[in-house]
Amino acid sequence: MPHRLLRFGLSKEYNEPRMFRSPEQLKKSYDVVIIGAGGHGLATAYYLARDHGITDVAVLERAYIGSGGTGRNTAIVRANYLTPEGVAFYDESIRLFQDLSADLDLNLFYSQRGHFTLAHSDASLRTMRWRAEVNKHLGVDSELVDTAFIKEKCPHIDLSCGGHAPVMGALFHPPGAIARHDAVAWGYGRGADQRGVEIHQQTEVTGIVVKGDKVTGVQTNRGTIETNKVVCAVAGYTPPILEMVGIKTPLVIQPLQACVSEPLKPWLDTIIVSASLHLYVSQSSRGELVMGASLDPYTIHSTRSTLDFVEGLSGHLLDLFPFLGDVKILRQWAGLSDMTPDFSPIMGLTPVEGFYLDAGWGTWGFKATPVCGKTMSYTVSENKPHPLIEPFRLSRFKEFELVGEKGAASVGH
Amino acid sequence: MKIMTCPVNGPRPLQEFVYGGDVTEMPCPDQVTDEQWAAYVFERDGAPGPHKEWWYHAPSGVWFIAERDTGTDEISNTYLYNG
Repeated sequence: MPHRLLRFGLSKEYNEPRMFRSPEQLKKSYDVVIIGAGGHGLATAYYLARDHGITDVAVLERAYIGSGGTGRNTAIVRANYLTPEGVAFYDESIRLFQDLSADLDLNLFYSQRGHFTLAHSDASLRTMRWRAEVNKHLGVDSELVDTAFIKEKCPHIDLSCGGHAPVMGALFHPPGAIARHDAVAWGYGRGADQRGVEIHQQTEVTGIVVKGDKVTGVQTNRGTIETNKVVCAVAGYTPPILEMVGIKTPLVIQPLQACVSEPLKPWLDTIIVSASLHLYVSQSSRGELVMGASLDPYTIHSTRSTLDFVEGLSGHLLDLFPFLGDVKILRQWAGLSDMTPDFSPIMGLTPVEGFYLDAGWGTWGFKATPVCGKTMSYTVSENKPHPLIEPFRLSRFKEFELVGEKGAASVGH
Repeated sequence: MKIMTCPVNGPRPLQEFVYGGDVTEMPCPDQVTDEQWAAYVFERDGAPGPHKEWWYHAPSGVWFIAERDTGTDEISNTYLYNG
């Protein structure tokens, strides 16, 4: 081993195999073009190649793999949502996540931790009970627990919450987990690449060619490609792409900020969420506390970070864990959330034939990565929506059939 | 600190303001189809660029209109609604 390292250090070439090829040129045409090499786009490419035998696929990425929401979320996976449609969908995603490391032959650091959503008032306790009952009815492990149970599982918590908003109970979801988010994108990317999919980074889509309500091609900064099927999987960057095909949606963009502390010895092995305090926190396998709060309060297409956010979040963190007063924040960042009015995604077919949408991922996109890949690849290959995503169709708005998902993160209860 | 100019109270820190979404024209409910009504209720212009938005100065209770670029976050004009 030391010799290998020495040889590596002295060699002029980079000898390690890369996870992906970097094809030099775009081909003239592809069966399917996927916009966005994040988790969703790459998972769709992977399942298209593996399950549907469609390998003539290009994934176009403006920046680099996983540079959008995929690498900016707080990596929580759970299925304790509120609507039957949402619970069934995210539960399938958890099932896929659980053996994904073996499937992709890559350690995703998938770690089942148990997920607490704290209730600080009678009203939120009521919502928790509602969610627990819906979850149990649909076969998802989820229950309402009392403060003694929380204290036993998380002994460091101050349940009096500094005295002003005492914790009264919690929704406990044992399958709640965290994973290494960029590894999920890399794993899907490598799997797709090995099956013949081309991943083109630094390739920006500048236009989509539509002839008589049918997609016929995609224009990029590296030339034009002919294709009859385009999947748009760019989450927070969706509205400008939709302008290219003339589709209107309710999507509005708001940044969601997050931060990590300096690494600490392991002390927190559950995921703690409080909607009332606008806080979620877990400890990564590196020891950093990974923390997020609620959406920034207004629309802006920028991943800037603010002091307001860190100040607010730290205050609430100290309400629950006062002993963290001396711990430093290591870094902070933001991602763009494409919010829908009912907190459910927009997936499937659109009025433009051959243009498939995977958007509206707001604050709930990472946990859905595997199931999105599965269902979107089915939708693209069969040209009809997968039954699991039927309720999330774009036309639900004009049919007034919304899927009110109040179990989504950073939604007040 | 980011500053916004309230048309009544002058320049104030952004923390004092609440965002109220895009300014939209409500069509007459009796004269539009369900589809047009759904478009009014749900469809938004989500792309970055200049927007006309409702903002609220919370301490003084003033609603007003701001012209802001959602890509650069530059506020070009604020004024009271005159309708």
